[in-house]
Amino acid sequence: MIKTIASIGLPVDEVLEIKKNRLVPEGGEAEGLKRISIVTGIHGDELEGQYVCFEVVRRIQAEKGNLSGIVDIYPAMNPLGIDSITRGIPGFDLDMNRIFPGHKDGDMMEYLAGQVITDLTGSDVCIDIHASNIYLTEIPQVRINELHKDRLIPLAEKVNVDFIWVHGANTVLEATLAHSLNSQGTPTLVVEMGVGMRITLPYCLQLVDGIFNLMGELGIWQGETKKPRAPIISQNPEDVSYLNATMAGIFVPHVKHWEKLKTGDLVGVILDPLRGEVLDEIRSPIDGHLFTIREYPVVDAGSLIGRLLRERHPLPGEDRR
Amino acid sequence: MEKKTIYEIKSLYRDNFRVTGYIFGSGKESVCIVGNTRGNEIQQLYICSQLVKKFKHLEEEGKIAKGHQILVIPSANPYSLNIKKRFWPTDNTDINRMFPGYDLGETTQRIAAGVFHAIKGYTYGMQFTSFYMPGKFTPHIRMMKAGFENVGLAKKFGMPYVVLRNTKPYDTTTLNYNWQIWETHAFSIYTTSTTQVDKDSAQMAIRSILNFLHKEGIVEYHGHEGYVSLVVEDTDMALVRTGTAGIFEGLVRVGEEVSKGQRLAHIIDPYEGEIRETVYSPMDGIIFFAHDEPLTYADAAVYKLIPHELWAGR
Repeated sequence: MIKTIASIGLPVDEVLEIKKNRLVPEGGEAEGLKRISIVTGIHGDELEGQYVCFEVVRRIQAEKGNLSGIVDIYPAMNPLGIDSITRGIPGFDLDMNRIFPGHKDGDMMEYLAGQVITDLTGSDVCIDIHASNIYLTEIPQVRINELHKDRLIPLAEKVNVDFIWVHGANTVLEATLAHSLNSQGTPTLVVEMGVGMRITLPYCLQLVDGIFNLMGELGIWQGETKKPRAPIISQNPEDVSYLNATMAGIFVPHVKHWEKLKTGDLVGVILDPLRGEVLDEIRSPIDGHLFTIREYPVVDAGSLIGRLLRERHPLPGEDRR
Repeated sequence: MEKKTIYEIKSLYRDNFRVTGYIFGSGKESVCIVGNTRGNEIQQLYICSQLVKKFKHLEEEGKIAKGHQILVIPSANPYSLNIKKRFWPTDNTDINRMFPGYDLGETTQRIAAGVFHAIKGYTYGMQFTSFYMPGKFTPHIRMMKAGFENVGLAKKFGMPYVVLRNTKPYDTTTLNYNWQIWETHAFSIYTTSTTQVDKDSAQMAIRSILNFLHKEGIVEYHGHEGYVSLVVEDTDMALVRTGTAGIFEGLVRVGEEVSKGQRLAHIIDPYEGEIRETVYSPMDGIIFFAHDEPLTYADAAVYKLIPHELWAGR
């Protein structure tokens, strides 16, 4: 059932609507059914979640008898942004993921954010799918604020990602959808995967398998599910090493994404096409896995080239595998 | 006057990105004034250019007190100005959401770190900044309640209003907030416009800074002393919202006194020309902020009012 959860009139002959598709068991909605919400499209340039939403709906509709809970699909939180290839909210130059929890009596965007929170509240779990940005490609991962790690890590382990990154609390991130929902008791996982403006089919299918596995664990899905891969879990900030461009130029990678690198391995080069010169070689500062790699070639001094997860042998009792 | 490059990075094809500062006087780092950090903050740039001109004359006339150094940075973001883009050209990040910066971080973090390194030791910090919503303001000094704000000092500018607002999570990465954390007395100065030069409010801002510096014994200036500022909490202002979207026809201007029930704006049907909605004033007050774009969304805060009772009860 398609439902409009928030709508507001635009100045000229158009209504902005945020829609969801509610999928319920064949017997209809009933008291006590578990509910999962799949959310994406807060950033209009992140499209990986589009295919995930499609595939989740398709699989459920193909085996409707196996659905034993409620699945709410929200494919476009920022419909104007998706339609205009704009990351933020067009017309406001505002990041939609910095205005939560919103307010029902606020301005247009605060009102929409407030409606979104109201609708999602009460889900047994919410998955907010992001796709990095147009500059960086990410390995499928769940990012968790350390404030909520105890509740979220067990859920994140079920969604078939390669990596769970527990990061420090950051005041600025308090205005995100995930933080707002987690703070009020609706467990919300932030998935980052792929790259902006593209659909990376293998990653999408990997996550869809994970979502069905989680649904199975929650009693929302009775059909067959695949055993999720065991993710690496990083809780130590020192595990993650950042590679930044030392100067402006054109970055060309020399390694593959998620490749295991040794200290000193060549990650890529920064070129000057005008002079035909290699300006710099970016080398790995540690032994580790390259879980983020730059996709967009033009770099300024400081542009993020990649992130490495430090290679460490798991220790007994350490929260890694 | 000394012209100095505060921060510089190379680009692949553009001229170097430079943040340029103008230093007047010598001695203790007393006053730092920063203009635009975003590419549409033209008024902020203009005001600083006029301040550079003014301080140059004051210095030549020996009217900057000994032992005080004044630094003016007209633009912390010339790249965005030159391509008429509000945020950073390549990744659309906001330099004024990157403070105190990180010298090994991403580009705008590095710019923020480079600029902040040069300006964090000053006693007084003044920033000309802008609001994310399009509109005109009554000139005012805005202060975040970060725990270090000094309202008495803010009143010395002689601006019509001093506005206090609670700190929100996203404020913690602004220049103003970080200046305060590093024990600089920080003031955000808003004039009427952003994308257009408004000479009247620019002159008011320039006079207010010179008045402040005169009262603090930093420059010698004898001009119009300005106003006895009214201190207003942001939360005490009344928001007036539209009920519908359409073509916005404002009927009152910033600074205007209005009465309860007075018509403030019409929202006009963009196809049929009929008035869809008349926006009325909910109270007696003064227009502090007014939307100034020809279209409006529904539920948009098109006016902010300072209630008459605040202003009458001073």
